Amino acid sequence: MEWVNTIVQGILTGGLYAMFAAGLSLIFGVMRLVNIAHGDLIVLAAYVALVVTETLGINPLVSLAFVVPIMAIAGYVLQRTILNRTLGDDLLPPLLVTFGLSIIIQNALLEIFTADSRKLNAGPIETASIEVLPGISLGVLPLLQFVLAVAVIAAMQFLFYRTATGRAFRATSDDQPVSQLMGLDNRHVFALAMALSLAIVAIAGVLLAVRANFDPSIGPARLIFGFEAVIIGGLGSMWGTLAGGIILGVSQAIGAKIDPGWQLLAGHLVFLFILAIRPQGLFPKVQ
Amino acid sequence: MPEPLLDIRALDAFYGDFQALFGISLAVPANSVVSFVGANGAGKSTLLKSIAGLMPAKADAITFDGEAIGDKPAYDVAKRGIALVPEGRRLFPSLSVEENLMIGGQLGRAGPWSLARVYELFPVLFERRNTSATALSGGQQQMCAIGRALMANPRLMMCDEISLGLAPIIVRDIYARLPQIAAAGITLVIVEQDVAQALKAADHVYCMQEGRIVLQGRTGDITRKAVSAAYFGV
Repeated sequence: MEWVNTIVQGILTGGLYAMFAAGLSLIFGVMRLVNIAHGDLIVLAAYVALVVTETLGINPLVSLAFVVPIMAIAGYVLQRTILNRTLGDDLLPPLLVTFGLSIIIQNALLEIFTADSRKLNAGPIETASIEVLPGISLGVLPLLQFVLAVAVIAAMQFLFYRTATGRAFRATSDDQPVSQLMGLDNRHVFALAMALSLAIVAIAGVLLAVRANFDPSIGPARLIFGFEAVIIGGLGSMWGTLAGGIILGVSQAIGAKIDPGWQLLAGHLVFLFILAIRPQGLFPKVQ
Repeated sequence: MPEPLLDIRALDAFYGDFQALFGISLAVPANSVVSFVGANGAGKSTLLKSIAGLMPAKADAITFDGEAIGDKPAYDVAKRGIALVPEGRRLFPSLSVEENLMIGGQLGRAGPWSLARVYELFPVLFERRNTSATALSGGQQQMCAIGRALMANPRLMMCDEISLGLAPIIVRDIYARLPQIAAAGITLVIVEQDVAQALKAADHVYCMQEGRIVLQGRTGDITRKAVSAAYFGV
């Protein structure tokens, strides 16, 4: 029963990893940009939520109503003013610029908020749990996180395959010159994709901050979890990304169960194993 | 003489240091069908790309409907009513046939063309509307590319090498639909390597060679022999 519990907790954590991964995968899919600053943007969102909750005295989950639009607008502006200038045939400039951005965000947060660990307090919901089966109880907060993750993935799937914006994303990803002939301004389409990516980052950041301590230096590790989830799931597949996050979460939970020191190692080992036997990921998009 | 829909004056185009067009000047009257013929590398596709805004040009080198558009980006030119059916079709592979058509209509110009109207023109596209665009035969892909351009309700539609890689019977079939498109009030610019097809479809023909117009005239006044001579530069 203890093992079942471990696996269930791992699945719930996997939802959070899938959310780290979703924004990353979206940006790579639409504009072939590997956003090295993705993890730091998640941490930035956590600090934005910290400021919002402290200023307005509201619950972190309510603060999403502010943090999501703030991050989305920041994403649009970031893409229009900086990242669009780095895009071209060469993959290296965006990589270098987002790497620089990562360092700038970390140090700016360090200057403003110091290196102290912070946490958002969501109130009684944090400790609430429901017993689904005898011996297996689920925390309400992890469950909520998982449900939100599934909802975000489902919403992205809908947006990509059922809306005009999604068609614009896919067309621009396919063929940039021809998408412009369709009246699509690539710079605007890319900025919309980044806005959407950072809206998801905002949700992930708030959930992360409610769940655990955070400080300015933890971004890169979130980036790694995101990358691993994307690669395990297979590039270009939203549901694959969710599966990738869950596999990573469960691996870490099982590793931690065997020995607390093995938590991260187990996740990385499973990732490397899948990369070795199935480099295209478990659910690559069929073209 | 009424003001032409498209007026090009002393248009140059460059790929890096290589000059592809040398001072092209021409006028396309509204509701006409104009074709450009010439060998590979004569600059026909470059001309179309320049008009569509995919190549940099001086603002006043291209005037469309009285407005200088030479320096406008492609998405802006598209919104003004110029559609390009690109060489090699260039359908979006991750979109279905219907989605390819819908994205053409996404820029929101009003006009007679809709999904239903395109399906009426090319019934085979309706049958295959849910398949991936890459699963279509070459001729169907060309129909889809033309449909996608029509969905934008353009005033000027430019077709680059419609016959490229297609069986003659399919080419004839597609060309047979062009009069219907022209009759709906769309001015057509056709780039074609197939001289016979170009002369048959158009009112006015231009022959291009090494980035310059070397011969032009109404299709009734110009002989096939003169076009061939200009085509091969002999």
